[in-house]
Amino acid sequence: MSRVRVLEGGFLTTVQDLGRPGWAHLGVPAAGAADAVSLLLGNRLCGNADGAPALELTLVGGAFAFEGPTRIALTGADFTATLDGRPAPAWATLAVAPGQVLQLGPARSGTRGYLCVRGGFAIPPLLGSAATHLLAGLGGLAGRPLRKGDVLDIESVPVADDGPPQRVPPDVLARLFPAGPLRATAGPQAHFFGRATLDVFFSSPWRVRESSDRMGIRLAGPALERRRPDELLTEGVSAGAVQVPRDGQPIVLHVEHPTTGGYPKIAHIIAADGHRLGQLRPREEIRFEPVALERAVALLRDRAALLDTAIREAV
Amino acid sequence: MAPGDPVIRPASDHSLLVVFGETIAPEHHRAVVRLTTRLLERRPEWLRDVHPAYATVLVCHDPLRTDAAAAAEVVRRLWAEAAEAPDPPERVVEIPVRYGSIHGPDLADVAAHCGLSEAEVIRRHAAGEYRVYFLGFSPGFPYLGGLDEALATPRLATPRRRVPAGSVAIGGKQTGVYPVASPGGWRIIGRTPRRLFDPERTPPAELAIGDRVRFTPVDEAAFAAAAGGEAAP
Repeated sequence: MSRVRVLEGGFLTTVQDLGRPGWAHLGVPAAGAADAVSLLLGNRLCGNADGAPALELTLVGGAFAFEGPTRIALTGADFTATLDGRPAPAWATLAVAPGQVLQLGPARSGTRGYLCVRGGFAIPPLLGSAATHLLAGLGGLAGRPLRKGDVLDIESVPVADDGPPQRVPPDVLARLFPAGPLRATAGPQAHFFGRATLDVFFSSPWRVRESSDRMGIRLAGPALERRRPDELLTEGVSAGAVQVPRDGQPIVLHVEHPTTGGYPKIAHIIAADGHRLGQLRPREEIRFEPVALERAVALLRDRAALLDTAIREAV
Repeated sequence: MAPGDPVIRPASDHSLLVVFGETIAPEHHRAVVRLTTRLLERRPEWLRDVHPAYATVLVCHDPLRTDAAAAAEVVRRLWAEAAEAPDPPERVVEIPVRYGSIHGPDLADVAAHCGLSEAEVIRRHAAGEYRVYFLGFSPGFPYLGGLDEALATPRLATPRRRVPAGSVAIGGKQTGVYPVASPGGWRIIGRTPRRLFDPERTPPAELAIGDRVRFTPVDEAAFAAAAGGEAAP
């Protein structure tokens, strides 16, 4: 079994996979990677199962030493990575020799990166997943972010399984991470707000507050006014819900969201754009575009088809 | 649609909100328990998550495996089956609580707000029988109905950044127990040594939707003994 030693933990580095769906009735959200598309593609580049445990890096990457030979892939935000001082390209399989050190700087674009290794990190699953749920201190490595001195085992796989090096071409990335607005369907309480407020929501720029985290993306902009003053009885909520507290400043529920909530939801980010929430930067300005439910599902199918052809042999 | 049948509408491109009503009422709660139980027994292959609440159930599906209309049809069929099934057996769970002291830093404030002595707050809180409406918010957190109205106390103006696991608290007209350490704005009146959420246990949550709960006051020695026992390997 090979290992990775953490030399620097970065700003917030956690073990993540595709999460633990199926436990919301106990108050446990699925959580998992904030940008599931980047985690999935990183794993596919390594020849892993889509949900193999990987490291999620946040804003500042950290440094990692590899004890044995392996293959890795870096996906998601660009952390200007180097391997023993030489540029390490992202979105491609990289061969790593024993003793080599991967150094990751601050994210130049986006917020979260994924360090996937061949075989995945050997983390015993809790409720079916290795994902770290920070709020509950559950899963991953003792439920906490990695720090200097931590050592992670890598699942061993036969070396003979390694195929040719692969990459995700830029045109595919441009389609998976478009610069345009985040698309959203009407929320279950859109009628609490009325036409004029919906227009404000969909036509205004919103600034991502620095207090945003894996629980929620807090936005700053014009106060969204309600037509109905009544309290909403607490009900189930899922990731992507745009809830509006009394102050009128929306919060987009993210992967570690509470499983129930009492604020009305004006909109819901479509599943096909869910991964883009994980790359929003503090202070970034974003916009929303309304789409119908049928269109949202069609876009999710398009994304699934695109992911199935995203991995190409490196030339 | 028969009386009592829910209204089912999409909440997003991957979820349906099943609405039994808009109030906290025993018949809505019973319907939520029945549908939730049935969904979890059957677990259709497209089902991702079930979020029961006071009068609604949010059903999350995988849109690549089913469309919303087909999922709604299955939910309706499971509801029809569930509506005819006998009520699931009721459990009564006793939760030991060390009221006040360092474990209940807000007990004095609750007593002052309610115009009662601390002993009377404890007596009334422990005399109640509570219903687990659902688990939500954070892992294992029970939304309990049945708080003596004389004990209702507003939430803290500024929530605590970290409420210790096991804290028993009052927030408005509700009471509950924080199973895992988390931020929280409810007034903490005591603490249970019982671990209400342990992901390595089956089931991981001590309480389940529909359970009845009683709080039993214990002294410091019993709290320490029980807490020590839980902490032992």
